[in-house]
Formats: sequence, C-alpha cells, structure tokens
Amino acid sequence: MHELSICRAITKLVECHADGSTVRIVRLRVGELRQIVPDTLAYCWGLVTEGSDLESAALEIERVPAAIRCAGCRHVHTLTEPILVCPECQGRDVEIVSGEEFLITSLDLMEV
Amino acid sequence: MGRFHRHDESEHGHGHGPDAPVGDHSGYATGTDRIEILERIFDENDHTADANRRDFDQADVLAVNLMSSPGAGKTALLRETLLRLRDRLRVGIIEGDIETSIDADRLTGLGAEIALLNTANGFGGECHLDAPMVRSALSRLPLSNLDLVIVENVGNLVCPAEFHVGEHNRAMVYAITEGEEKPLKYPVMFRSVDLVLVNKVDLLPHLEFSIEDFYRNLRNVNPRVEVIETSARNGAGLDLWCSWLTARHAELAAARARPASAARISPSVSPHG
Repeated sequence: MHELSICRAITKLVECHADGSTVRIVRLRVGELRQIVPDTLAYCWGLVTEGSDLESAALEIERVPAAIRCAGCRHVHTLTEPILVCPECQGRDVEIVSGEEFLITSLDLMEV
Repeated sequence: MGRFHRHDESEHGHGHGPDAPVGDHSGYATGTDRIEILERIFDENDHTADANRRDFDQADVLAVNLMSSPGAGKTALLRETLLRLRDRLRVGIIEGDIETSIDADRLTGLGAEIALLNTANGFGGECHLDAPMVRSALSRLPLSNLDLVIVENVGNLVCPAEFHVGEHNRAMVYAITEGEEKPLKYPVMFRSVDLVLVNKVDLLPHLEFSIEDFYRNLRNVNPRVEVIETSARNGAGLDLWCSWLTARHAELAAARARPASAARISPSVSPHG
C-alpha cells in the first residue's frame, strides 16, 4: 500500500501548484512498469483527501504501455508481460523506451 | 464567475492547439482552467535520497538497500553477515520494521551500530522505507566511524522497489521457498536490484523447486543481475556475499581517492600506484 504515501506526495505537489485555487481534476501519467495499481491509487486518494481542500478533486490516470528497443536489431516492442527480451532476435540488450513514467501532468482548477 | 470563461489555449501549452478535438472542452462547461505541470511524483523523495547519498559519500560509507519479502531470511542472513564482517568493515544497520524491535534485537551484540525505524505512524504503518525516514535515522548513526550502512527495508516485494533512499547498491534476499515465478510477479523489485541472494539453498533437496526455471525468469526481467546462492543456516555463500560487500566498498573508496583532475594532469599515473 505505498499508494497511500504516494497520494500524500501528490497532494503536496498539487497544493503547491494550485496555490489556493479549488482543484477539480488531477491528471497523472503512470507507466505500466510502475508497481502502482490505479484502482488502489484512486481509493487512497479518497482517503487522503477526505475532509481536505482537495476532497472534490478527482484523479484521472493515463496509463503508458511499456516498450523496449533492442540494441541489436533496433526492433521496438510493446510488452504484454515483463520479459525484457527482444521477440525478434531474442537479444537481451534492450533499452526501456516507455513505461517508467510517473508524473503529474496537469490540473484543472476552478475559475475564480 | 468564470462559468463561461473561454479556455485560452495559448496559455496552457501543448495538446490544445486550435485543432483540438471538439469533445475536449472541459474548460467550457465546468468553468475550469487547466495548468500543465509535468512534475515527477518521486522528486521530493529523490531529492532527500540525494542528500542521504551525499552524507554517505562525505563519510566514505557504502550504503546498500537490502530488500526481500517477509520471511525470506533477511535478518538471519544479516546476523551471519555481521559475524563475518566485524573484523573487516565497521557496519551500521538501519532497521525498518512496521511495529516491533524484534529484528533490531536479533542484531544487537554483533558489533554493528543499529538505528531502528518503526514505520507505524499514521495509517497503520508504511510498507517501505523512504528517503526522509532513512534521513531521520542517519542522525542516530556515527557515519564518520562506519564503512558500510545496510538499510534493512520492510519485508515487501512491491513498495520498497519504488523508493530510493540514497543507496549506492540494491540487493535483495529471495528464498527458494517462494517459488520460481516470483521475478515475473514482482518484476519491478527484481529489475531494480544489482544482486540477488538466493537464500535457503540448504532446502533444495527437500523442495520441488527448479532453480533453472527461477534463473530463467530472473534473467528475463533483469539480464545483468548478479546472483549468489546462500544459506544462513549452513553458511553457504556467505563469504562470497561478504566479499561482494567489501569489493563494492573498495571500489567506492578507490573512486573517491582518485582526484577527478588526476587523469587530466598526468595520464600515466596509475590509480593503483
């Protein structure tokens, strides 16, 4: 349940950027190689923000598929399981090109 | 109020040019204003981790983050490690435990400095150590009198993998009683480590466990990882593990002893001479 402490980190960042405005939506980008469960994150967000200024803020989570590029044959492959082997040439010298993202991308603030 | 406020595209960066899809008009109906942020959520933790790392570096201390699932034998292995290292390295332990001091108690009297971190605050206890927690423990360790700090993380294969604490190396204890498929179920953890201690190998004859299958799964998620087979019970592999630690410490000390400018001034000077 590290989602709880992650939500606390998110509230800090959001409060800093919102600067007193009411926040409607918090958008996150979460790569699939992250051990972060969106449903758990949303549940913890409810717990952490309950009774706070962020209570009415909804989380919107954009998932980013994991992809690797093979150093040998340059093939780019989107992963369906966490196996870091090139499916074209069986090479193991692969670089992760996406899937490790974990960002706040934007906020929707209520107009004052 | 801003209910009919026009969503001003130019203010809000990418993704909302004049040709933005008609459906994307959240700014109109709700009277909201979008601000782009693009900030890494782990930034705050990672800044503190950098500060921890600088403290370790300043004191010439190697920091190793040791992780595992509960019951993999981390503390028993650490006991044996301390017994073997006591004449070679001065060791400090940061002991993460949700509620008790049981593990810390098991490690006392073996010549190591121990700082206990109970993580049970707030919502019923954290499942990992993060950089600020480790920072709070650092003040209770005499870093300048130590060579090695082992951070014994909370037993958990999920959460600790996501939090850097300022370590130079990451190692994990995996017990063969956990099954061959663990690397595929917890790829983030197995991918994040430099070394896997494959523990409880004394049980191999008694288990239906294929170590070849385990290694294949491990290499599939982390092709470059080092492996040492260990048993805290019969001592197998423990000297190798201690040598691994002393070698990492020596590497770090050598890198620090080498002035950054030495290579430029005189390329002929050997780092050993």
